[in-house]
Order: sequence, then structure tokens, then C-alpha cells
Amino acid sequence: MTNPSDASASEQPGANGQSLAGRYYGRSIPYLPIDGYPGKLFVVEGTDGVGRSTQIQLLREWLEVKGYGVVETGWTRSPLMQPTIEIAKSSNTLNKLTFVLLYATDFADRLEKEIIPALKAGFVVLSDRYIFTALARAGVRGVDRQWLRNLYGFAIAPHIVFYLNIDVKTLSRRVLESRGMDFWESGMDLKTGDDIYDSFRAYQRSLLREYSSMADEFHFRVVDARRSIDRIQDELRRQVAAYLEPAEKPTEPALAR
Amino acid sequence: MLNNLTQPHEYPGKLFVVEGIDGSGKTTQLALLAKWLSAEGHRVFVTEWNSSALVKAATKTGKKKNALTPMTFSLLHATDFADRLLYKIIPPLKAGMVVLADRYAYTAFARDATRGVDRQWVRELYSFAVRPDLSLYFRVPIDVSVDRLLARRMKLKFYEAGMDLGWSTSPVESFKLFQGKVLEEYDHLVQEFGLQVIEAAGSITDQQRLVRMLVSQQVQMTRSVEMSDDESI
Repeated sequence: MTNPSDASASEQPGANGQSLAGRYYGRSIPYLPIDGYPGKLFVVEGTDGVGRSTQIQLLREWLEVKGYGVVETGWTRSPLMQPTIEIAKSSNTLNKLTFVLLYATDFADRLEKEIIPALKAGFVVLSDRYIFTALARAGVRGVDRQWLRNLYGFAIAPHIVFYLNIDVKTLSRRVLESRGMDFWESGMDLKTGDDIYDSFRAYQRSLLREYSSMADEFHFRVVDARRSIDRIQDELRRQVAAYLEPAEKPTEPALAR
Repeated sequence: MLNNLTQPHEYPGKLFVVEGIDGSGKTTQLALLAKWLSAEGHRVFVTEWNSSALVKAATKTGKKKNALTPMTFSLLHATDFADRLLYKIIPPLKAGMVVLADRYAYTAFARDATRGVDRQWVRELYSFAVRPDLSLYFRVPIDVSVDRLLARRMKLKFYEAGMDLGWSTSPVESFKLFQGKVLEEYDHLVQEFGLQVIEAAGSITDQQRLVRMLVSQQVQMTRSVEMSDDESI
């Protein structure tokens, strides 16, 4: 692995040239001021089956060995909303607007109960997916883009967003090799046809288009996900290390020598 | 931002909403209005705030565990509203029916702002809503509403009393503080969205007379019962 101290971090610039990292994107949660919290928020984004969770597992291990406290969060994992979302998915009664709002509720719950307290306490928060997943999925389904951005204005801008980029051909093979194509990941709710393979490709192609259209807007660090797991992890570690304050970096334990 | 809430809708039906704090008597007035409209031969559909099956489970879990934050409270109610708007409100409007809504987006604007959620954010959140043809706001002094509620069921509900905000450990005291703030928010909404104020401390019959007068300006009252009988043959 590359020596982390070689890398240098450039702050993520906001629209006004200032860094937004660690602050609200838009209209804040007025009762939760978050400025100056010591923790860091790193996001791994990318479409279904691109290898996000593997990378997060490896990042977590590496960080914990180095002595950093790590909190993981994912999409639709809040205790409040997970049962409801599962019911809604299985009964197939969701319209696109309620879909979007259910996910936003879930996100708000995790933001207030997991992410913000962890940042306040100085943890490194690793998020498997973030609001960009919601923006991409809703964007494909034709939900008003400005409305979506206003809705998620209460999200905290991450310190880094890694976007695992892949092409549809590689993705299709990878997904078929591992666990197969499922209803939602194939966008079957959009009813473009009965063939799951064709539907998967068409849906993922539109999702990838949505993601790449967000790359500049949200300052994605685009990572080529077709490379080996180790090569990708090297790159992630290098960039993450550059973001951790040198003063916070634990030194090698003296006893080890 | 969508502007559906500020632009008149183009559906053939009519949407009337009642607003007001708990104990303002709005539900009683809505029921009387529904009776009258049906008797006049209109097809009427009534929908209530926070009643969709989809989010009932989550609201219940959240309320029981006292786990809802002002933001999740707000978003859950918006989810419920979106679900009802698309399945319960818009279809009857398209069919030319009269839809009566017991509470509408204005309830969210008043309550969520009182709970500390950003006012503009909530307005943008609900910008997909259909603008009502008439919004009746039943304004009541806080003491009158408390007396009515206590006389009826003796116990004030946790979230209706704003107990989640921890302003007071006494339900009655908390209700007065919380709903007092909600009343202030409603006062702003009257101007902003053109709500029709009805003083709700007066007699039920007098209020209903005013309600029917206002509604009759919006719907054709000449539609006869016989006509709808013909249709059903």
C-alpha cells in the first residue's frame, strides 16, 4: 500500500469557492447546528453490484488498525423505516413520489441518530451510498430535479465522495456472476419490458448517466471500478489518509519495535 | 421548485380543505358539509390527515418509542400526504367529484415550523400539492380548544400536545404552549395562502351557515338528486 503521508488533500470547493464539507448542502436543520464537528464523512457511491461494500469493509479495517473510530451507515438501514420500506417494496404499491419521501425519511433518521452524533464525537463515518443514490433513482423516474435538491438540502456535504464508475457491459457480467439480477436493480417497476436482462441494461445505463451528470455538481472523486479490488482500495486509502489531520494520525506503537 | 400549491388546478372536481388546531371543531364542520353536499347530489370523497396505510406502521412505531425527530415527523407526514394525494385526492378530482380534506399541507407548515423545521424547506417539500379551491381555517382561542378536548376524551395526545419538544411535563401546559405557537404560524398562513378565516368560538350552526355560503360560491347547487338517479339506472 502507498504511504498515506505522500498524498495531499484539496478541500472540496462549494459553489462560492468555499469548502462545503461538513456543512449542510442547502436549507439546514435549524435545531441542529453542526459547524466545527471533528469527525469526517466519507461516502462510497456507485450503482448496484459495483463493489462498494467490499471497499468499505477494507477501508474500515485499515482505519481501525490505525486507531480511528469508525461508524458505518448504509441506505435504508434505519430501524424506523426499514420495515415500512420492505413492506412497500414487496406490495409494489409505491408511486415514485412516496418512494422518494420514504427514502428521505430514512435518511433523515440516520443523519440525526447516527451520522451527526458520530461526527460530533470525532468518528470517521463511512457511508455505503448517500443522497446521490436517491437523486439518481428519482432522476431516472422523472421526479423534478430542483425539488429533489431542495428536499435533500438538509444533507451534510461529505468530505469525500468516491464514485465507483463502471460500464454497463462489465457491470452486467459481474452481477450475473455473483448473485443475479433482481427486480428493483433492473428497474422492472418502470415497466419498459418483461426481459430482465434488457431491462437491467437499459435501467443501469440511465442510472450511470444520472450519476455522471452529478459528478461535477457534487465534486465526485471518480474511481475506475473495473480495476482490481486492491488497486481501488490503494487509491481510496491514499485520498482518505490525506484528509485525516496529521496530528490525529496515531504513531506506530513504541512497543512494536 | 414546483408551483402547484400557488397555481389553480385544472381538474373538473373541487377540493375543499378545513384547517385549525385540535379542538377547533373543523371535523364537525366538515362532516356537516359532506352531508349537505351529498344531499345536494354531489359525489363527495373525504380524506384525513395522516391516514394512509403505508406510513401508519412507521408513525405508530415512531410514536410509541417516542423516536420521531421534527424532521422525520415532517417527512413521514409528507410521505402520507403524497400517497393520499396520488391515490385518494387526484383521482376523484379527475372524475369531477368534490374532495373534502380534513387538514392539508398548511397543517404541516404550521406544526413543523413550530417544531423547529426550516419554514421554506417545508414549503418546498409540499410544492407538489394541488392548490385547494377553498381553504377554511377555523380559528379558536387556545382555552376554548383545551376545554373542548378535555371535555371529550380527557387525555391529550403526546404529539398533539407537543410533548416531544420537552417544553413542559404537564400535558395541558405543553398543549397550550405548543398549540399557541401553532396558532401564530396559522396567522401567517392566512395571508400567505389566502385561507378563509372562520371564528370557531361561535355556534356550530352559525359556522356551518357561513361554510355552506362560501362553498356554494364554488360549486353548482342546481344539480338535482334526480339527475344522479338517472345516471345510476
